[in-house]
Amino acid sequence: MSVPAAVTVDAVTKRFGSVTALDSVSFEVGAGEIFGFIGPDGAGKTTLFRILSTLLLPDTGGARVLGHDVVRELWTLRARIGYMPGRFSLYPDLTVEENLRFFASVFGTTIEAQADLIAPIYGQIEPFKDRRAGSLSGGMKQKLALSCALVHRPGILFLDEPTTGVDAVSRRELWDLLGRLRDDGLTIVASTPYMDEAGRCDRIALIQKGRILQIDRPGAIGDRYPLPLFAVSARDRQALTVAVRRFPYTASVLPFGAELHYTDARAGHPANVIQSELGVFLAEAGLADVRVTPIRAGIEDAFINLMSSAEGEGELATAGNTVS
Amino acid sequence: MTALSASADQAPAIEARELTRRFGDFTAVDAISFSVATGEVFGFLGANGAGKTTAIRMLIGLLAPSSGSARVAGHDVATQADGIRRRIGYMSQRFAMYEDLTVRENIQLFGGIYGLSGTQIRGRTQALLLRLGLEHAHKKLVGALPLGWKQKLALSVALLHEPRVIFLDEPTGGVDPITRRHFWQMIYEAAAEGTTVLVTTHYMDEAEYCDRISIMVDGRIAAMGAPADMKRDHGVESVDDLFVRLARPSSAAAAAGAGA
Repeated sequence: MSVPAAVTVDAVTKRFGSVTALDSVSFEVGAGEIFGFIGPDGAGKTTLFRILSTLLLPDTGGARVLGHDVVRELWTLRARIGYMPGRFSLYPDLTVEENLRFFASVFGTTIEAQADLIAPIYGQIEPFKDRRAGSLSGGMKQKLALSCALVHRPGILFLDEPTTGVDAVSRRELWDLLGRLRDDGLTIVASTPYMDEAGRCDRIALIQKGRILQIDRPGAIGDRYPLPLFAVSARDRQALTVAVRRFPYTASVLPFGAELHYTDARAGHPANVIQSELGVFLAEAGLADVRVTPIRAGIEDAFINLMSSAEGEGELATAGNTVS
Repeated sequence: MTALSASADQAPAIEARELTRRFGDFTAVDAISFSVATGEVFGFLGANGAGKTTAIRMLIGLLAPSSGSARVAGHDVATQADGIRRRIGYMSQRFAMYEDLTVRENIQLFGGIYGLSGTQIRGRTQALLLRLGLEHAHKKLVGALPLGWKQKLALSVALLHEPRVIFLDEPTGGVDPITRRHFWQMIYEAAAEGTTVLVTTHYMDEAEYCDRISIMVDGRIAAMGAPADMKRDHGVESVDDLFVRLARPSSAAAAAGAGA
């Protein structure tokens, strides 16, 4: 990477009592990219965002944002970063416009001076500028929070779960907005528990229990899936699940929307051979309308696989074995 | 499956007719009609502010309809709310259990609230712990469990009194992908035993796991049916595409629906 990194994190660890929230986490975010942290609740995403936003000190390890140390240069940094916490933290009793005006004045600027930057987002909620922020819908609250995080023209944006609890339509709209900000040169670090949002990021880190499982472009993460993977469907899905579990080479069977994703335990075995073997096996088991199609692993396939191997004999891997 | 055939000639588990709720001059739920059969898994989808929560609050007897009617587990939501509450279970992402009680204490507490006898509570507690693989953890405080386990335990507790209908409001939000699937396996098991399930979710792949879904837009049901039929009829690849096509509310309506 020839452009200097916007974020450099080196072996950051953070413990709360006996819980290790972040376990020697290291990564870099390039200037002008959308970098996404994908992982479930409790993975450590919020702790990491609070450290990067200078709100929490790491126990060990260090981090630099826009070239500044997050501990020693926190006052310099605070004026240059935009942070949107996961929980709605604007003033519910102030109106939309009052909230935005307040955040602008804290940073010594005005809504008018920053109009060009915030207009694409603020414009969508401006018709409701006299409404109290507490009575906005989830999607509109997020747009207001994003406007407030942007109003001082930060050099980098940290968004902690901007789409959690937001419906599928508003989620798409928010990611469209982030894409436009990135195209204008802003670096964005965001987190999400929704695996389907990974594709909106330039690079992603899969995170679980305080550890980064993998970092790559969203498309490349699927390519690293170690075993042959297939989408399988049949008329009777419940019977299909039972039948696929009996196939002697089954590594895992998981429901994915209307289909099952079947992982074959034989690494490197030709896909067309597995496809016909499994097809014949299922037809002989009496299933109708059987379809077996080789597929590329998606983020969720990759995450489940990495999670299971990281857990080893842990409770989640055990739970995973009983999933149909 | 025996539960299904035994109840085949019974009334639907949920039946709403022109169910309506107004707040001032805003209509949050606008004359929705639908029915859910016993043992069915029904996905209740819609954008934020579309009216889902208001509709569910009426169906569980917490909010009186402005007009129209609904029957749940054979009881009228307006006049027999007590009868409904005894026959339904409810679980949401927000309502969990008592974090400073142990797993076993929570199960016993809710068993008592649901009016189960001491013998019933002991038997079902044991069965529940065994099924969840939590026998070793029964003395743990619920607050110390990982989120996925809390959610699975909360579902099991909501099923403890063997309700005829269970309402699940975004039960899998923020849960890891393996636990999410394990949770759905539990939903299927409950449905196979004859419990009717009404579930809301923002994960569109989960909509595909439902027998039927409805999509609410601006207080009305814009579409309803089996996911495969709906995808075919609308010529889309996934429920996600269908949702985005149907559920994009006008921004004015989204703002007005904010309080619903």
